[in-house]
Amino acid sequence: MDETQNLGDEMHAITAILAGDSQVFHRLIRPYERTVYVMVVAILHNEADAEDVTQEAFLKAFRNLKNFRGEAKFGTWLISIALNEAKSRLRQRKGVTMESLDESPDERGHIAPALVRDWREIPSEYIERQEVRSILQEAVVNLPLIYREVFLLRTIDELSGAEVAKALGITVALVKVRLHRARLLLQKRLAPQLKHIDRKQRWFPWL
Amino acid sequence: MVIECKHVWDQISGYLDGTLDPAMLAQVQKHLEHCELCSAILDSTRNILILTADKRVFELPLGFSKRLHARLDQEMQGTLIEPSGDP
Repeated sequence: MDETQNLGDEMHAITAILAGDSQVFHRLIRPYERTVYVMVVAILHNEADAEDVTQEAFLKAFRNLKNFRGEAKFGTWLISIALNEAKSRLRQRKGVTMESLDESPDERGHIAPALVRDWREIPSEYIERQEVRSILQEAVVNLPLIYREVFLLRTIDELSGAEVAKALGITVALVKVRLHRARLLLQKRLAPQLKHIDRKQRWFPWL
Repeated sequence: MVIECKHVWDQISGYLDGTLDPAMLAQVQKHLEHCELCSAILDSTRNILILTADKRVFELPLGFSKRLHARLDQEMQGTLIEPSGDP
């Protein structure tokens, strides 16, 4: 299905829901369940909280659907709601070690990547290994929040630079800068770790 | 113009996205031709971005979808029938 048709279907679905056919909402949100959850869990670092906040975000979207004007794509609008819900949950966590939401890492300083002299490609199949999944998850969730949110919106939610800018209320140029820094930070952390992955280990040790 | 390694690193993201202007792209490519270090950094970054974007890295908890839609159903019933005050 091409994107134009998809967007047309979504607007059609939204009209139907607003006219009273609530059940259509189930179908409307299916394509976004995973991406919204992943973004929320990467912000909150906690599965139970993330599930609750994701549910809240979808409920909020349902209740406020009449306010959706179609200026942004439905997916972008939905993600903005989820992002706000996740950040407000972070603020509510008092007494828990948390990063400041307003903390802004130095955005002009130079980030040097990990100086790997030779790189042997890690095949995607390695993600089947829990050890590799954990290393990748940890690296993403430990990015400073301002880089993490841009990285997730661009990479997991596959929003365009302009859509990310809109969802976060920042300029497209800043999206580019933050994405670049997120990527370099991931390389810096992950390249040395992944280089030492045991390539001889069987993926399924019980076989 | 010859550019140094650290200037190439500043262009990695743009290079991977294919958004560098032609003059910068030519400089980076020329550098990569003779710099094994920057080539390896670029390869590792590309590889790492593919891995971190993989859908298998973050998975939905078991039963997530079922619980979400059940909660939505509750909400929808609530919008049709006024809440009676029961929990």
